[in-house]
Amino acid sequence: MSIKNMTKEKNWSGQKLVSTDYLLFEAPREKHFMTGSEVLKEAIKRCTVDASVSYPITPQSEAAHLIGELWAEGYVGLYFRGENEFGVMSEVQGCAMAGARTVTTTSGPGTLRAMENFPTWSGTRIPCQLILMARGINSPLTIQPDNLEVSFLLETGCMIWYAENVQELFDMSIAAFTVAEKPDVHVPIITAVDGFFVSHTREAVMLPADDIALEPYDPYAAPLPPIDSEMPPGRFLRDPFVMKSNYISYATHASWQWEVRSAVERSKPYARHYLNGLVHTTGEENAELVFVACGTAVHQAKEGQRELAKLGIKSKVVKLRTIRPFPHAELLEATKNAKYIFVPEFNVVGWLDKEVRTSLYGKSDAKIVGRPRVAGGMSMPAEAILKEVFENTNLKGA
Amino acid sequence: MSVDIYKINPEFRDIMPQEIIDLEENATWAGESVEKRGINDLTDKKEILEEHSLCAGCPEAAALRYILAALPLPEETIIVNSTGCTSLMFPHIALHTVHSMFGNQNAVASGIKRTLDWRFPDKTKDVVVLAGDGATIDIGLDYTLQSFFRQEKITTICFDNEVYANTGGQESGSTPKGQVFKMAPKGKVFDKVPMWELAVTSGVAYSVKLTASAPKKVAKVLRESILIAREIGPTYIHLYTPCILEIGLAANEGLWEMKEQDKDRFDDFKYVSDEAADYLKKCKKEGLL
Ligand SMILES: Cc1ncc(C[n+]2csc(CCOP(=O)(O)OP(=O)(O)O)c2C)c(N)n1
Ligand code: SF4
Ligand SMILES: [Mg+2]
Repeated sequence: MSIKNMTKEKNWSGQKLVSTDYLLFEAPREKHFMTGSEVLKEAIKRCTVDASVSYPITPQSEAAHLIGELWAEGYVGLYFRGENEFGVMSEVQGCAMAGARTVTTTSGPGTLRAMENFPTWSGTRIPCQLILMARGINSPLTIQPDNLEVSFLLETGCMIWYAENVQELFDMSIAAFTVAEKPDVHVPIITAVDGFFVSHTREAVMLPADDIALEPYDPYAAPLPPIDSEMPPGRFLRDPFVMKSNYISYATHASWQWEVRSAVERSKPYARHYLNGLVHTTGEENAELVFVACGTAVHQAKEGQRELAKLGIKSKVVKLRTIRPFPHAELLEATKNAKYIFVPEFNVVGWLDKEVRTSLYGKSDAKIVGRPRVAGGMSMPAEAILKEVFENTNLKGA
Repeated sequence: MSVDIYKINPEFRDIMPQEIIDLEENATWAGESVEKRGINDLTDKKEILEEHSLCAGCPEAAALRYILAALPLPEETIIVNSTGCTSLMFPHIALHTVHSMFGNQNAVASGIKRTLDWRFPDKTKDVVVLAGDGATIDIGLDYTLQSFFRQEKITTICFDNEVYANTGGQESGSTPKGQVFKMAPKGKVFDKVPMWELAVTSGVAYSVKLTASAPKKVAKVLRESILIAREIGPTYIHLYTPCILEIGLAANEGLWEMKEQDKDRFDDFKYVSDEAADYLKKCKKEGLL
């Protein structure tokens, strides 16, 4: 396998190169039955990926193995196991800086081990993709589904998207490369799913054929030149601002950080297009009772909404698909009739509840209730949702 | 690409700073010719390092100048750095360089090297790591050694000043036993870590310990190590560049200190694997050395 086999029409593995629009919206699809890990393999297979670095941790290991198989089968350019997640994320940074479309996967303790890398990724404006299969954080030792780890990533300057199910993981992880690589965006993207609930659950999915794939990444259409000695050394500075104590150095650092956040904001129009909107709503459009959630909590909220409907109580579920950038305008619009907003979550701190409150502060009169909150691997049955509704509202079933 | 990336667009020539024009007109690039670059160029050619903000007389600065002057193929060389005194020189280097974090230099370099081999299968791209002793041997030890285990085709250079200089003179793993530094107010209790030996155990094809007292020797070791890294496997250079500030020497005393240590902690250590030795012979025949 060699990159030299790539032509204008085909990538190195012989797949026909197509646009993201064609791959996501136009190509005929067939029904399959697979897990989140398996569907990720199918997505990466269709993305003309140059590089992937892996490290074992439950529940993402299988996805990482399957990307390795893609390398062995000639679809992914280079692949290896790194020494630990800190090393892996630095290796990913090296690959992406040198011009590779790069993907990696991790979970819980792996995310925290690698932490210093994520703001470094966004600061170097690399468009790599991390697939996060969320799991709990020690101690005590746990491998169960829990998305507390996402709260640590919120201010890293990386984009964060959240997929609800296997189908969304497929479509989102393809769109993620395209949006992250837009020259006016060009920041890393974290595509999150709830571990086990999505990674290990088999669902019906619609997939396009596997003989088509995304156009390759063009590292020369980037805000910073790739580190490959093919362009003038763009970082050649006469007077380095690093470690100088003067106003210019402060202003440089501050404006760079603002620019990273602005780049994340600039992804919104692209994400609206490729994701069909930053939020999706289901249920009664004008309901006073609204659930705002992401990931599999959305699925459970929809269960709750159906149960409530049986009791004659109207409700609506607002699924946030992008967390960074945060869909402020869409959330405000979707909750404009709300009297009660519930934020069901799979973690103890309620990071999404805090996000929702911050976003709606001064703009909504709704009572916001950050419940139910389950964690450590517990499930979120519809009964738990109904119980919170009845305890925190004056709504009563017919 | 080639030296072409240093050619100035004629439309902008009149607004270019002199040092950029000098890079085009008077720096020594390898280009298509086999004409050797070398430290003799330091006297009258434009250097790849512009100015720098290290302490006056800091041997790290001198050593970096020797290294840059001796690179066999600078226009295709990427240098990965780490946090420390050396990172104050990196923005002045007219090559593609990376500063990522403190200690992850060999991991970043691994990703870069593998990607360049994938993207440019017919080209020679040299990836060199240059970091301090704290970065290489303490906080980054894992990544340094793991890159050796994995046989990454990169050259790793440790500027050993036996101290965390940039943070104000703390004991490092490379500090000699007994030395009083910050964070070791009663003197260091364990021996200097023999990184050059660990490198051999970890699988490098070439490991050399020396001081920066003799520029020509530094240049020779650098060229050998880069050539071996291209073809055989990882190479390691352990270079003594004393922190004159922290050991209380004057700006003109660094050379004297290095000469002293040539006979002591930095007496010659050179390991060359059999395969690498054969390859060096071949390089000599072909005029690459
Ligand atoms: C994660 C992290 N820990 C600590 C530091 C602080 N730090 C910056 S430079 C430095 C010392 C570098 O020492 P060395 O690698 O020996 O290089 P020198 O300055 O001596 O040339 C330290 C401890 C940091 N930047 N990042
Ligand atoms: S503190 Fe020491 S190592 Fe750093 S620049 Fe000064 S003399 Fe050199
Ligand atoms: Mg040091």
